[in-house]
Amino acid sequence: MAGLSSRGAGDRADEPASYRVEIENRVLRLEAEGNWSIVHLNKVDGDLRRLAAGPGEADRAVIGLSGVSRFDTAAAVVVSRTAGRLEEQGLRVEFEGVSEAQHLLLGKVDACGNPEPMHLPPVPLHIEILGKIGEAAIAMTAEARAMLGFIGTVVVAISRTFANPRRFRLVPFVHHMEKSGFDALPLVCLLTFLIGAVVAQQGATQLRQFGAEVFTVNLIAIIFLREVGLLLTAIIVAGRSGSAFTAEIGSMKMREEIDAMRTLGLDPMDMLVVPRVVALTVTLPLLTFVADIMGLVGGGLVVFFMLDMSPGIYITRVQEAVGFWTFGVGLVKAPFMAAVIALVGCRAGLSVTGSAESVGAMTTSSVVRSIFLVIILDALFAMFFTAVDI
Amino acid sequence: MSTSRKGEPIIEVEGLDTRFGDNVIHENLDLTVRRGEVIGIVGGSGTGKSVLLRTILGLKQPDAGRIRVFGLDFSTLPEAERRLNERRWGVLFQDGALFSALTVAENIQVPYREHLDLSQELMDELAAVKIAMAGLRPSACSLYPSELSGGMRKRAGLARALALDPEILFLDEPTAGLDPIGAAAFDELLNELKETLGLTVFLVTHDLDTLHATCDRIAVLAEKHVILVGTIDDMLRSSHPWIHEYFHGPRARAALAGK
Repeated sequence: MAGLSSRGAGDRADEPASYRVEIENRVLRLEAEGNWSIVHLNKVDGDLRRLAAGPGEADRAVIGLSGVSRFDTAAAVVVSRTAGRLEEQGLRVEFEGVSEAQHLLLGKVDACGNPEPMHLPPVPLHIEILGKIGEAAIAMTAEARAMLGFIGTVVVAISRTFANPRRFRLVPFVHHMEKSGFDALPLVCLLTFLIGAVVAQQGATQLRQFGAEVFTVNLIAIIFLREVGLLLTAIIVAGRSGSAFTAEIGSMKMREEIDAMRTLGLDPMDMLVVPRVVALTVTLPLLTFVADIMGLVGGGLVVFFMLDMSPGIYITRVQEAVGFWTFGVGLVKAPFMAAVIALVGCRAGLSVTGSAESVGAMTTSSVVRSIFLVIILDALFAMFFTAVDI
Repeated sequence: MSTSRKGEPIIEVEGLDTRFGDNVIHENLDLTVRRGEVIGIVGGSGTGKSVLLRTILGLKQPDAGRIRVFGLDFSTLPEAERRLNERRWGVLFQDGALFSALTVAENIQVPYREHLDLSQELMDELAAVKIAMAGLRPSACSLYPSELSGGMRKRAGLARALALDPEILFLDEPTAGLDPIGAAAFDELLNELKETLGLTVFLVTHDLDTLHATCDRIAVLAEKHVILVGTIDDMLRSSHPWIHEYFHGPRARAALAGK
């Protein structure tokens, strides 16, 4: 903005950009005045775009810059475009009162060419909506295929590890068990304890209307051991560890660390994916077990206060209410859900592309997708267990 | 924005101390940059060249000392005035630091959108000119940073730094990672911009060719402060062991021979 500004004296320096046009003796004379810097240019630019000599009014144009106090690149662009337009209308264009710096700048801008508009023509709304639906459908099928391929690769990597146990990375495995299992304990305990208490309180209130409040115990025990303990834990873990897997692997992908691993002869599957998948598959059943216990404790506490049932009787009643398979059904599902969460998380991380934004987008989609799949899987298991009568 | 004369001090650093914990980077560092010159900052790795740049820009707080840019102490300016004056410089970070969610053209238009009221048409034209000025093909306009090569990212970063016609241009290793032809073109571009826009350039570099081709003065950073400021000839005459090694090493001789 400064630096080129010696012309035109300081008193006019802050007058906004303006210009005068007059046509005399078939000569169009354009006198620019004031501060032609980017800050003041918008209005002048809009007017200049509409500038045109009437047909046969002029055959020569003179652009005078001697009244200009400041003149920057943006001004040069505007002036050079205006000159170009006038030439298109068949006028001969000359410049007057151009300082050396202005001349250099105009030359530079001319050399850069008058740019073509870079906006694509607008697409009609209904076409755009249809296009988006189509794109989403294609992306979904492609993603499903890729996911299937990814599961296959991980299964191969895990079986390779079984064949050659020395390939297994013990330290990352333990690290991820601690981070996604042990560190999640307080949160899982607190939430399942509270939900257990709430379920018991609501159950007792409702069942009391039938005089059946003793069955509150059955309600808590079955609902927790079979469904809620696991579902809650799986959703917490998907939000906590699934997202962490995506973000960790994604930022490594972004900084080319994963490519670096490959060039060093390390398989990112062995290094990153297998330890995470195995660690989560081991820890989620353990967490689920803790969640079940805490749910029962929460329920027991409410039952103790609301129904005056002593802990001893509560435990006996729980034993009567549930068989081994009520508990078993909950626990059997856990490793499958863990594998789904870890696979979705790792796969999303590996599909991160160069931008920081894509790490965020993939993390969101990983959490959403794994929670969705966990619930779908639970429904499928429910159908299966009903069919086999457990 | 006062009317300004070539040669007056535009950046003044006095008694600057910076440290990270116990690690002292600068101690009592003085440096003056004059309007209209290209000053090259050289120094071994870890001597705090980039830290000096970041401190001048206000991205890192100095632990002691005074920094004045355009004669203003930015740390004591009111927020609004500081923002206004920050538009008067442009910065090219080492890897371009383009916003990855925006296309190249949108990256350049960010300062226009934020600070000015311009029509979309004019912004597009300006972006296209800046892109051409920085030596990129027009087709690069609609690409995202992740689709660009390292050299193109630098040029796009330069185009964004030039968006508001700054008075000072800060460049952090602009030619690192460019091929020799690209680097030479960059040197030429820098000289051209200095001519046409009257820029002051603060250039952190390791590239001896760039130093020879573009710099009016060179400042050498070593032993926690600026040990010498002067022209290339002053550097060549200096008897300081590090400077001698730097400007008389095999690579320096090759660069000089080319001139």
